[in-house]
Amino acid sequence: MDNPKSSGGQTPSQTVGPYFAYGLTPEQYGYPLKSIAGGTLVEEGTEGERIRIEGRVIDGHGAPISDAMIEIWQADFQGHYAHPHDTRGSNTGFRGFGRFGTGTDPENRFLFDTVKPGTTVDGQAPHINIIVFMRGLLSHAYTRLYFDDEVEANTTDPILNAVPANRRTTLIAERHIGPSGIVYRFDIHMQGPHETVFFNV
Amino acid sequence: MTDDATVTPRDWHSHPPYVHPDYKSTALRGPSKPLIPLPAGLGEITGPVYGHDSANELDADLTKNGVRNGEPLGERIIVTGQVKDERGRPVPNTLIEIWQANAAGRYVHAVDQHDAPLDPNFFGGGRCVTDAEGVYRFTTVKPGAYPWGNHHNAWRPNHIHFSLFGPSYLTRLVTQMYFPGDPLLDLDPIFLGTPEHARGRLVADFSLEVTEPDFALGYVFNIVLRGSATTPMER
Ligand SMILES: [Fe+3]
Repeated sequence: MDNPKSSGGQTPSQTVGPYFAYGLTPEQYGYPLKSIAGGTLVEEGTEGERIRIEGRVIDGHGAPISDAMIEIWQADFQGHYAHPHDTRGSNTGFRGFGRFGTGTDPENRFLFDTVKPGTTVDGQAPHINIIVFMRGLLSHAYTRLYFDDEVEANTTDPILNAVPANRRTTLIAERHIGPSGIVYRFDIHMQGPHETVFFNV
Repeated sequence: MTDDATVTPRDWHSHPPYVHPDYKSTALRGPSKPLIPLPAGLGEITGPVYGHDSANELDADLTKNGVRNGEPLGERIIVTGQVKDERGRPVPNTLIEIWQANAAGRYVHAVDQHDAPLDPNFFGGGRCVTDAEGVYRFTTVKPGAYPWGNHHNAWRPNHIHFSLFGPSYLTRLVTQMYFPGDPLLDLDPIFLGTPEHARGRLVADFSLEVTEPDFALGYVFNIVLRGSATTPMER
């Protein structure tokens, strides 16, 4: 099993390419393979405030991207992550992971039905961790979604405070009440004057 | 709970840059502003847990999981390797997802319009979970090269797409495995976007040891993820 070439450091990232859908988001795109995750993170008994997150991924010319994939990772409504490193764990059975490609919605939106996360134990404002993948992106990009109705918590959040003030709004989703409930809108701009803040994490 | 010291940073000397002009789509899609440093907190040292319940034996055999009325065409291969972190620790019990073109260089994907035949017995998607030593193993067929629109007469080298979680949100990796000796590697802007010293890590080794007589050629592709946080028990 020795492969000296591979022992010397991180395996480089490569683009997800245009054809990820049948491997990573098969059910959403109608391929005959069960998805490990999709746009619906909630089940019937999931506790917490139900929300929908919707947005688009926009390129440097302002055009929506139809072959991006978004992954979200979030705490439950009590701020607990379903992982052994969060020693309190999630006691709600909420897994907190979602994955959605922008190729099936007519407006190329990503759509997640989830619950609003709580404040985490390390004192961060409610937020959703986001990874962006797409054709034309050689390494995935990390960003975060914060909520515009969490004004007070956002003011003291250490991560938001580390972001230059004039770029913070790129991380804040807008709350709307739609016909089917609460919707937070969050567009991700890869470039341009409104370029979303991406993190080195 | 924050445990920065135990998470190794993303090594930007090993990964391709966001904008690599020879790969044309990066020009409008790669972030252009500097990344903002984010110290790893609870949301970063945790991540989705997908263990042995997320894949079965058939999921790891692409020569069987898409069969309708016969065997897929092409050269059967076995692809195996060990997933480790940068500290040399095996990464056990983690989900690997792969997808690839068929032997003719055609993806099942609806937007792939390459004029090469689909194979009714090959789907091209697979999954596998690493064992206690971090070892994974897929059986599949060697994917064909395919043309793409980046520039005149552009062809992607033979490759298999890999997606891995590892133990946390920070260890997430999507990459591609290439085959040794492929003449298209020296012409491929995606492969060449990788810093030169790290490119070899994307190329599998042919292995006679893994090769099975009268059945399939063997390739070894080891994968190194970022070193992740120690578990509370290890402290
Ligand atoms: Fe490909």
